[in-house]
Amino acid sequence: MPKKITIEPVTRVEGHGKVTIKIDDEGKVRESRLHIVEFRGFERFVQGRPYWEAPVLVQRLCGICPVSHHLAAAKALDVIVGAGTGDGLTAVGDKMRRLMHMGQFFQSHVLHFFHLSSPDFLFGINADPAIRNIIGVIEHHKDLAVQGVMMRKYGQEVIYHTAGKKIHGTGAIPGGINKNLSIAERDLLLNGAAPLNADQMVEWSVAALNFFKAYHKSNQTLVDTFAEFPSNHLSLVRKDGAMDLYHGVLRAVDTNGNRILDDVDYQDYDKYIEEEVRNWSYMKFPYLKHLGKEKGWYRVGPLARLNVCDFIPTPLAQKEFEEFRAYTNGKPNNMSLHYHWARLIETLYAAEEIRNLLKDPDLQNEDLVVKGEKLNKGVGVIEAPRGTLFHHYEINEDDQITLANLIVSTTNNNEPMNQAVNHTAKSFMNGQKEITEGMMNAVEVAIRAYDPCLSCATHALGQMPLEMKLIDSNDNIIDTKNK
Amino acid sequence: MNNTIKFKIDGKEIVAEKGKTVVEAAHDNGVYIPTLCNFPGVPPKGGCRMCTIKINGRFMTSCTTPAAAGMEIESNTPEINELRKSIIELLFVSGNHFCPACEKSGNCELQALAYRYQMMVPKFPYSFPVKEVDASSPKIIKDQNRCVLCQRCMKTIKTEDGERYFAFENRGNNLEVILDPELGKKMSDEIAKLAMDNCPVGSIIQKEVGFIEPIGTRKYDKVAIGTDV
Repeated sequence: MPKKITIEPVTRVEGHGKVTIKIDDEGKVRESRLHIVEFRGFERFVQGRPYWEAPVLVQRLCGICPVSHHLAAAKALDVIVGAGTGDGLTAVGDKMRRLMHMGQFFQSHVLHFFHLSSPDFLFGINADPAIRNIIGVIEHHKDLAVQGVMMRKYGQEVIYHTAGKKIHGTGAIPGGINKNLSIAERDLLLNGAAPLNADQMVEWSVAALNFFKAYHKSNQTLVDTFAEFPSNHLSLVRKDGAMDLYHGVLRAVDTNGNRILDDVDYQDYDKYIEEEVRNWSYMKFPYLKHLGKEKGWYRVGPLARLNVCDFIPTPLAQKEFEEFRAYTNGKPNNMSLHYHWARLIETLYAAEEIRNLLKDPDLQNEDLVVKGEKLNKGVGVIEAPRGTLFHHYEINEDDQITLANLIVSTTNNNEPMNQAVNHTAKSFMNGQKEITEGMMNAVEVAIRAYDPCLSCATHALGQMPLEMKLIDSNDNIIDTKNK
Repeated sequence: MNNTIKFKIDGKEIVAEKGKTVVEAAHDNGVYIPTLCNFPGVPPKGGCRMCTIKINGRFMTSCTTPAAAGMEIESNTPEINELRKSIIELLFVSGNHFCPACEKSGNCELQALAYRYQMMVPKFPYSFPVKEVDASSPKIIKDQNRCVLCQRCMKTIKTEDGERYFAFENRGNNLEVILDPELGKKMSDEIAKLAMDNCPVGSIIQKEVGFIEPIGTRKYDKVAIGTDV
């Protein structure tokens, strides 16, 4: 008999989503969808507020990577206050923001790997869910758990000293920043008591990467074939092709590595990117206009960034990048679980970049803000931990916001996550008589690889967790399993 | 002739100059009584009731009551503090006070009082009134969502000729403090800053300087309101 499986809520991701999988009479997966069931409305209620409130207000979308929203909004407002499109700030303004951003990257990536994903690697996808969680990691792999907690703490400390608070600070303001980094703060972050110093973070980042590579080596087939499918990839890159998570131009490559978007100024993002609405999800489906809905969807995030950039401008991460690219003979990597590998290379890059920035005396400069001739429109784009993040604001002559459009990282990954769910459901459930908890977790592992932030993506109300429903071809619910 | 009087607040002897109000005398003697609408140099009106005390068993506002010899005053008692907390809660639910995105956060007297009196969630239902934001002045924004009708701006922000920039409009539930549109267009940066500083909440915001003050350096980031008394 045909069935429909619903997984609701999806666990160990940020936000609330559900998965439905329809299985036909022959036990084959007919259709699967990731539904995002939250709705928030930030784009609407920011209207009418003074523009300089946006970086502080809109970051409340999220408690995991608010810095990304804070900075993307600030970058958009830099344009509005006449401070240029990303390269017009003073050295201290630019570098303090970059430091804040790297602190954010570091803590968010660490949170995802250690707290959310490591249970799947340490205990296995089919392990008892009572152990397969962060408490299980603490009980059975104490050193690794402590390392994860301390690494995240370090990232949060970087944010605290640049934004004023660990969560929802106010450091970035239109045209610059409101504080520099004191010598005492610099010394604390650079050479603080072990383990909270920059060198230790670099060392632990290398160790985390080696941990994943060892897992990969002993589970190569699983890691390489799990939700592997071709796609386009999009991210910001520096003008010269280097990885740059704070500022650059838009570039996209297809599954063979051909550039399908190159050197695009993101002020014109709306000429190249369109969003489709589907009636079963609150999350939109973005795509590249010139390729259309069917062929224009793309991945973003760590995997996409490593597929798009030409090199990483820090030595240890560059070495890892070369190994990563060599694995697919220089072609784009389309393996979903390799997101974890890419994420850990970026974690190492963030740690190296934090160390480099802390040694830069520009951080102690006093010229915090620049302004020029005011404009009524600005777009800010940044690479958030989960992918490319777009903020677009327009204001009236009284300085009030009249339009806000946000395309959030996870939204960009909407179609890829649906593809990943579909691939995983087919591989694990086709022809199976019974749906096991391990099969449901496999679907979640696929979603989790993308580190989605569903609350951000719907800009969201509500809780989190995964319901699976088995529905027949007449859409009658046969079976429901909740987690 | 002796120009001083003596009275007691919560059992502590207060020595005050004749003619002072109870709140002035208390502060001169290092005893904090919270205020909100009261402002130095402006005749008190007892509008917000934050400074409510009990004198000889009767509730009074300490900003409008002249100190008198022999008064027995209760101020920092559970009963009166609970009353003050309720007043703060009423102010929060009667407007739209969203501290997370308000640039007055950390410098806001209402927020600081809420912290001091440990307001968690107001016991009254939120009214979520529909309020306007007047951004027509090139120098300030008058956000009616956050106004507590204290009149401090009305009484302290004036032109050299004594004209008021701010005035009441409407009555009852619809009462609002509005900015004179003509004067608002001619406002100087200095007057805009003074108006923002004198507003106890985030209802008057100087344009273009939002969030310039880093967290950690704002007035109430590290010390509770009233610590300086």
